[in-house]
Amino acid sequence: MIWNPYKECMSRDEMHALQSKRLQKLVTYVYHNVPFYRNKMQAMDLSPEDIHSIDDIVKLPFTTKQDLRDNYPYGLQAAPPSEIVRVHASSGTTGNPTIVGYTRKDLAVWSEVMTRALTAYGITRDDTFSVSYGYGLFTGGLGAHYGVENLGATVIPTSTGNTEKHIRLIRDLHITGIACTPSYALYLAETLEKMGLTKDDISLRVGAFGAEPWTENMRKEIEERLGLKGFNLYGLSEIMGPGVSYECEVQDGSHINEDHFYPEIIHPDTLVQLPHGQQGELVFTTLTKEGMPLLRYRTKDLCTLYDGQCACGRTSVRMGRIIGRSDDMLIIRGINVFPSQVESVILEMPEFEPQYMLVVDRVNNLDTLQVQVEVRRDFFGDDIGRMLNMKKTLADKLKSVLSISADVKLMEPGSIERSQGKGKHVIDKRKLV
Amino acid sequence: MTIKQLSIFLENKTGRINEVTKILGQHGINMHAFSMAETTDFGILRLIVSEVDKAVEVLREANFAVMLTDVVWITCPNVAGSLSHILDHLAEQHIFIEYMYAFAEGDQANVIIRPNDIDHCIQVLKECDCNIHNRI
Repeated sequence: MIWNPYKECMSRDEMHALQSKRLQKLVTYVYHNVPFYRNKMQAMDLSPEDIHSIDDIVKLPFTTKQDLRDNYPYGLQAAPPSEIVRVHASSGTTGNPTIVGYTRKDLAVWSEVMTRALTAYGITRDDTFSVSYGYGLFTGGLGAHYGVENLGATVIPTSTGNTEKHIRLIRDLHITGIACTPSYALYLAETLEKMGLTKDDISLRVGAFGAEPWTENMRKEIEERLGLKGFNLYGLSEIMGPGVSYECEVQDGSHINEDHFYPEIIHPDTLVQLPHGQQGELVFTTLTKEGMPLLRYRTKDLCTLYDGQCACGRTSVRMGRIIGRSDDMLIIRGINVFPSQVESVILEMPEFEPQYMLVVDRVNNLDTLQVQVEVRRDFFGDDIGRMLNMKKTLADKLKSVLSISADVKLMEPGSIERSQGKGKHVIDKRKLV
Repeated sequence: MTIKQLSIFLENKTGRINEVTKILGQHGINMHAFSMAETTDFGILRLIVSEVDKAVEVLREANFAVMLTDVVWITCPNVAGSLSHILDHLAEQHIFIEYMYAFAEGDQANVIIRPNDIDHCIQVLKECDCNIHNRI
């Protein structure tokens, strides 16, 4: 099923024209409303009149996560504060989260693109849908929520936590669709089995999975254990949230809502735009955003874009699976974690050497994070209580900075491997291939 | 009236204690007593050895986190109720014992005590039926 055939199945020429018109409008808008972009464009001797079509996008400056941090909190906001009706935030590496303000129209666009995704998954107004992404500053929960309401299905805002209660709701309310991280879906399957139930006791039919990388094997396992069909849902809070791209029933890549989010692939080092079909870093321009529009935002996600009409009838550009990152960001339980965040916390505590190692694993289908730190000789004590306190203090600080809990492991001085040059700070044991 | 105990920080890892005992053995340092306090991911090995300074030096050379802790070493008769009698006295005087370990040898029992207030503890012990050692 297709929610908006006019936009989703537009001819390439029409889409090109629409994108060109929208880009021109966007560039004029940010030039006059965001000093950051005006300064950048003036430094490049570029004015809005130089943008004649979407192909001129290569002339425009990039935006990075660092730019968002440097302009914390509202520096990149284009709309006046009175127009902002909601704010979301994603974790930052140095204590500053990324703040994204949405206007009423932004929320309408977000609902629209989420509804397109849900419709592609086969959800209709007759479905009962559980949103099990976290509700709050994270875009996952509310983003999916408004899409389900916009579609007219019944939304059950389960958020995360209390998995047994969740399973009882899935069974008793005949929930047919669910949006959550793929690792949480596996955890649900496990809890279902522990409760002595099987997939035949529930009526889940569709799963919208995203917010963390996953594989075909995980898809198969989730589908078998929960008795549903699993679809990819991609998004990032800087651009909008969930709904930037989505899989259709053909499941040959994820369709990008490119009338709103213009995708490019660039070479992560030379920053040169690459033709579709080549692998590189994914870049998005928010063609219609009012609150915090971004030009050529570098996602750091590595993937490939595909052209060509899909068997489902949609004509939009598709993106392949995210195969990695061009920076050192880790996605743990759907939360972005940078080793530098951990480093900044450790450096603040004189008890520890500036040596650390993040060990990421997936145990019982849930991501785990262990932070290994070396205790400085001067702070080592004979008192176990004090040592455990030291460990707890670090764990608490990490939790408040990372938004996920980490298991702290105190190590002997000198026991973490020192490397020459760029330090190796991550061991990722998760098998995602 | 106190003696020096070595406290060594150890990760919970197979073979880590062996490395300590091997180094001490190679340098001819004898261990008189030891105890191990452990948590889920690290432990503290507490040792009474023949040559304290040398032991610290060789263990630090081998990158161990070692520190010295003052403890009280007493011997008391190895008969039923003798330790209980001593501990009663300490408790009456509100002396808190952070940890202790003991071993018996013939007629005598050796006890290592780490109290919160070491001077007060020694004063109280002087009134008890035990010997307080001031060197190893």
